[in-house]
Amino acid sequence: MIQIEGLQFGYSDHKILSIPQLEVKDDEHLMILGKSGSGKTTMLHILGGLLAPTEGKVVIGQANIYHLSSVQRDQFRGQNIGLIFQKPHLISALSVEDNLLLAQYLSGATQDKARVREVLEELDLLPKLKKKVKALSQGEQQRVTVARALINRPRVILADEPTASLDDDNALRVISLLKEKAAAYQAALVIATHDQRVKKEFDVQLNLTST
Amino acid sequence: MNLFSLSWNYIKSKPLNTALNILLMSLGIAIILVLILLNTQLQENLDKNKRGIDLVVGAKGSPLQLILANVYHIDFPTGNIKLSEAKSLTRNRLIESAIPLALGDNYKGFRIVGTNHDYFKLYNGQMAEGELWKYNLESVIGANVAEQLGIKIGDVFFGSHGMSVADMAHEEQEYQVVGIMEPSGSVLDNLILTNVESVWAVHDHGEDEHDEDDHIENHEEHDHDDDHEHEHDHEEHGHEHDHEEHDHEHADHAGHEHNQKDLGSAYETGLPEGGEEDEITSMLLRFRSPMGAVTLPRQINSNTNMQAASPAFETQRLFSLLGIGVDMLKAFAYIIIAISGLSIFISLYNALKDRKYDLAIMRSLGASRTKLFFHVIIEGTIITVIGGFFGLLMGHVLMEVLAGLYEKSDEIGITGLIFIKEETYVLLLAVAVGLIASLLPAVDAYKTDISKVLADD
Repeated sequence: MIQIEGLQFGYSDHKILSIPQLEVKDDEHLMILGKSGSGKTTMLHILGGLLAPTEGKVVIGQANIYHLSSVQRDQFRGQNIGLIFQKPHLISALSVEDNLLLAQYLSGATQDKARVREVLEELDLLPKLKKKVKALSQGEQQRVTVARALINRPRVILADEPTASLDDDNALRVISLLKEKAAAYQAALVIATHDQRVKKEFDVQLNLTST
Repeated sequence: MNLFSLSWNYIKSKPLNTALNILLMSLGIAIILVLILLNTQLQENLDKNKRGIDLVVGAKGSPLQLILANVYHIDFPTGNIKLSEAKSLTRNRLIESAIPLALGDNYKGFRIVGTNHDYFKLYNGQMAEGELWKYNLESVIGANVAEQLGIKIGDVFFGSHGMSVADMAHEEQEYQVVGIMEPSGSVLDNLILTNVESVWAVHDHGEDEHDEDDHIENHEEHDHDDDHEHEHDHEEHGHEHDHEEHDHEHADHAGHEHNQKDLGSAYETGLPEGGEEDEITSMLLRFRSPMGAVTLPRQINSNTNMQAASPAFETQRLFSLLGIGVDMLKAFAYIIIAISGLSIFISLYNALKDRKYDLAIMRSLGASRTKLFFHVIIEGTIITVIGGFFGLLMGHVLMEVLAGLYEKSDEIGITGLIFIKEETYVLLLAVAVGLIASLLPAVDAYKTDISKVLADD
């Protein structure tokens, strides 16, 4: 599902990232470990098509994403990659439903309210459908971002420090939720974290060390 | 969900900010619209009523007053001129036509104008009912007069001396209404037209010829009890006002019974026959050639006891005086609009700082740069369009309220219920201000570096 070849990021005097070869198959879970500043987020952004590498190629499915035009890449990301960030960044001017509809709209997919209800149902958020985002608890907001990442049935789920601001219980709950959903959607899951609590949950681990 | 509803939701999420921006914008627009509406309607009205009149000849005094009194019927007349002098002037070969006017009386505030049918034709008058006057003491009333006073054909009324309501009534000679005019949007709507001789007859009947000016100065002193004691009124009237004895004796006109009809001497065109001492208030002249404009005014002003004034020149003078105030108010309104643009710019710009993350998230969800650019542009434009719309509404309501407060505005024909082409430009201006104010923030949104914003968190 994800293939990386000869990936380089940074300048000759200051290499941040260098990955000669990496592959993550469908259903596979990859954990990127490392201290802050080790390039975890950079790596995740490169995988998500948010940041072009200085060298190398990233192939997701059949698409070499940095060969796509900027507009095509935006659309590809919207349709195939679900992104989850450390803080539950939702559009606070909108309701829960509208946040999910926005994700459908911006990805270019047709807006399907039934699908929105379905995803919210899966995450036990259906009662919050019409609620403003601000009225939700931190944990609920994080679940909404998971719902938003899943709404377009992505082939890859990228999560950047999803557990950093959560307590032990919630951290484990989110990780198992992500694993469960990735399996259900047959999506590749990549989690970047420095959280030692969730380390043992993953079999494939990529350790980034600062050079 | 689309860009429009996305922008709309952002606008709704900061109601106070939005309200301030909309208020500023609509205030500026409303002020400009009121000025445009007022100016345009006033000018249109003034132009309409002076069309076809090249020169007004009347008694000496202020030329502006002469025009206001005889063309627009809003000021008091400057006095009277001798009919004989007026007649000799019309023999000048530079004059194509002359319409006599005899003012001085009113009925419940509506001016009675002694004139001929040419005056009616000057404004392209049309009859709604009845026909034009022919006999003395027959009258034709304007559409507003008929509507406001509820007068029908065949009704009779007594004129009152002076130019405003509650002056002395001439109770012996009654006018009969023979026709009602269609509304024309000109001064005709508010006038009562009759023969010049009718005006004379009314005045002569009490064997009491008053100079109009005396009445204007003195009418304040009257007890306004016109309804009773009328037998004595005329007698007392004469004394109270220190009128010297009646300087005129008009055997021709005096003492007609009102049920006995006399055909007017010049009801269709030209000046009426009259004695040596008969007077009219003014004449509306039309030149045969542009040469008239060059030589006639000077000739009249220096060689006769009369004064000549050009409606075009005087109204232009009036407008240049008013224009300074209007221009200053307009400048003020444009400043308000500029400030509202600035305010929209600042609030969008500030909001975008807080929204950098939102924009980055939208990009990560698949939005292209162009989409975000338009998202911000739409937001600024929605605010100004709403502001423009409220301004439009406010401007017209304000104009209508002002028109309602000022009772003369009906006569002048000013209303808030019309739409002028110029307003479209003002609304376009509002949209342009919105576009300009949101341009820089939109470019900022366009340039958002998603990876950097997301990593910075």
